[in-house]
Amino acid sequence: MSSSLSEAEKTRLLEDLREKVDKAEKSVVIEIDKSMVRRFAQAIEDPNPLWQDEEYAKRTGSGGILVPPEFFCTSMMSGGGCRPEVPLPYDRILDGGGDWEFLLPVEAGDTITSSSKLVELREKQGKSGKMLFLTFETLHKNQRNELVAKSRGVTINLE
Amino acid sequence: MTSQLFFENVVVGMEIGPLVKHPTSRQLVKWAGASEDFYEIHYDKDFALSTGLPAPIVHGRLKAAFLGQLMTDWAGEKGVVRKLSCTYRGMDLVGEDVICKGRVTQKYFADGANCIECEIWTENQKGERTTPGSAIVVLPSRG
Amino acid sequence: MAEQLYWEDVQEGTEVTPLSKIATTEMLVRWATAGLDFNPLHYEDANAKSQGQAGVIVHGQLKRAWLVQLMTDWIGEQGALKRLSCSFRGTDTPRGMAMIGIPKEGETWWCKGSVNKKYTEGTDHLVECEIWVENGQGTKTTPGSAVAILPSKG
Repeated sequence: MSSSLSEAEKTRLLEDLREKVDKAEKSVVIEIDKSMVRRFAQAIEDPNPLWQDEEYAKRTGSGGILVPPEFFCTSMMSGGGCRPEVPLPYDRILDGGGDWEFLLPVEAGDTITSSSKLVELREKQGKSGKMLFLTFETLHKNQRNELVAKSRGVTINLE
Repeated sequence: MTSQLFFENVVVGMEIGPLVKHPTSRQLVKWAGASEDFYEIHYDKDFALSTGLPAPIVHGRLKAAFLGQLMTDWAGEKGVVRKLSCTYRGMDLVGEDVICKGRVTQKYFADGANCIECEIWTENQKGERTTPGSAIVVLPSRG
Repeated sequence: MAEQLYWEDVQEGTEVTPLSKIATTEMLVRWATAGLDFNPLHYEDANAKSQGQAGVIVHGQLKRAWLVQLMTDWIGEQGALKRLSCSFRGTDTPRGMAMIGIPKEGETWWCKGSVNKKYTEGTDHLVECEIWVENGQGTKTTPGSAVAILPSKG
């Protein structure tokens, strides 16, 4: 795919991007309801009743359906859905990977506020052009302002 | 549901899984909705081909979720997954099996918890590791 | 927001304010997940071809939803849609995506309508409309009808 941007525009965007490190932030509030959790479990085909059967989950001592830790791996919880908009000079965008830490249990009915920040920008020269590695860190708190999870992820922008 | 795994029953080197997943286009579309990620590379064949791919590819985060399930299944209802980490090294194409596996690398007691560290990964049908990663799980003790 | 439409403002033949839509492969996936219709005819190229189509096609129910929006936009907050029906006469092929969120060049669909009848029923002031979705070539792929209640000026 050839870029629609000129070299000068790409350079300007890269300079803008460098300015955003440790500055670009965003907070998103997500009310996690039962349908969302069930739909998630069905999408990944995880039959675990803890994520789908309310009565079963309650028998284990929780207030209701539990949110599986991997729910935090979704874009809306820890990716594009809650990250600040930042200028990306190049056309190819890839998700590099992520780290998630799960601190407290989360249940359907909880409201999670995810606050993300661009914390690092690494620049490399690859074979076909420049490679940018953007690291975002996100803190996830519930409605009681308790830190329930932390995530960290890398977005790769390639020329 | 399998019986609960206890800290005492875990041995370094022990294998985890395999958990075999079949990411069809239907699953990728369900994931798009469930995770609000509508990036066209995962379902629009022409779009995927125009970026140089042979077919739509499985979302990296869906593979992370598969690995999450590998660990929540293994840890059982009384176990807790504390950390999950992975890198989307290789592409996995729609319609091809993704096999999730792991291996215990360390077991120790820290901060009042029975911790198990594991190496985890997804493999494609050719046995290539496309998503290397790691996890930490806390398991209950037999008492 | 458009001004509220009143029953007195319309006559037989009055045009319903047209609504333009661009169907894209992305929109079809969003519709599939919103309405839980995972028929691969609408997102998997190979499946669509095996069913005799040139490629993925727009869900009939999505086009019907466009027609509902055509009416609800036109009748305003004080109007009420009573009935709507349509038939899926022709298939519609969505635009592909050129980049994330940006469709390729292609056709634009138009949802249109006109008033066939205006009448009262008890205290209700009603209009009956012929409505349709036409594709970029002007072919009516989704003809239908709707009945709505409009507020009266008194």
